Amino acid sequence: MFELFKTFFQIGLFTIGGGYAMIPLIERKVVDEKAWVSEKDLLDLIAVAQSCPGIFAVNISIFIGHKQKGNKGALVSAIGTCLPSFLCILAIALVFQQFRENVWVEHFFRGIRPAVVALIAIPVFRMAKNAKINRYNVWIPFASAFLIWMLGVSPIFVVLVAGVSGYVYGKYLKEDFGS
Amino acid sequence: MILLLAQLFWTFFLIGLFGFGGGYAMISMIQSEVVGHYHWMTMGQFTDIVAISQSTPGPIGINSATYVGYTALVNAGYEPYWGVLGSFIATFAVVLPSFILMLLISKFLLKHRNHPSVENVFSVLRPAVVGLLAAAALLLMNSENFSSMSENPWRYCLSIFLFLFAFIAQKVYRLGPILIIVLCGFAGIVLGL
Repeated sequence: MFELFKTFFQIGLFTIGGGYAMIPLIERKVVDEKAWVSEKDLLDLIAVAQSCPGIFAVNISIFIGHKQKGNKGALVSAIGTCLPSFLCILAIALVFQQFRENVWVEHFFRGIRPAVVALIAIPVFRMAKNAKINRYNVWIPFASAFLIWMLGVSPIFVVLVAGVSGYVYGKYLKEDFGS
Repeated sequence: MILLLAQLFWTFFLIGLFGFGGGYAMISMIQSEVVGHYHWMTMGQFTDIVAISQSTPGPIGINSATYVGYTALVNAGYEPYWGVLGSFIATFAVVLPSFILMLLISKFLLKHRNHPSVENVFSVLRPAVVGLLAAAALLLMNSENFSSMSENPWRYCLSIFLFLFAFIAQKVYRLGPILIIVLCGFAGIVLGL
């Protein structure tokens, strides 16, 4: 049990830059070192964790923890993954609060802000590739971006509508067009 | 304060429940709820939080939930230790749906991953999430983060330059996000942004 906690704590602590950066580390720890799951199972888990909502790394840790030790294992693994984030961010938040008015810190963050926007724009292209955008569905990302950006529609609502309409379209309409 | 904590919990629970497509897609949701809907913080503050979430250990979704929970309470005028409670609530709420879903559907999904209905849902969901992410980037391109031509032309032009620099550095030269953030931060100091 403690091994689960320790392993996922390390995984949480040593990955910077988001969920997908964690995959190689998870692979080394969980497949090579601990042999908790096989390489093939891990690939399946990654696929499922990607299709589930929520935070990718947490989903993975919950799956593996559950597989090892049931519900308690899932809980311990999830806490292990979240704890480094939680502690680091709180430490930074408490310190940053005092320096926010500092002129140098202000200049520093003014320089950072445009870069952050660029770093958020880049995954759009990567995800567009993975989402198999073609000339029939290319209107979907444009429509959802427009709804959120210009009309202020909640992204949660957009996700909900997209999922439901995908289901309805595939179940009741596609067959008619296909046949 | 109970109301604020309850709103925080509910917001992040929904984000955890509908947050398809990873941390960056979640940022779009957090931004819309936290800045647009509840006005817990400004767009500039939110951008700073994203910057810090990207450059510290751990998943971006967890980092930003923790930081937003803290900031929401401190901005509302509560002491920092209440901010810690806000952090805990937001983080707990964003992770909770993963648990519930794991217990309910992980076995189902593992078996039926290639089932036509699941495929159908994702055939529209995936392209929509791309739009979600694009909207997040577009919403962040505002005068608070870039200034504007009329307000401060020097800062505006430099901001656009730093945006292009970061974009090319990551996309073409594959520099790591932390290095880019630190470089742009120091550029901000040196150029007096």
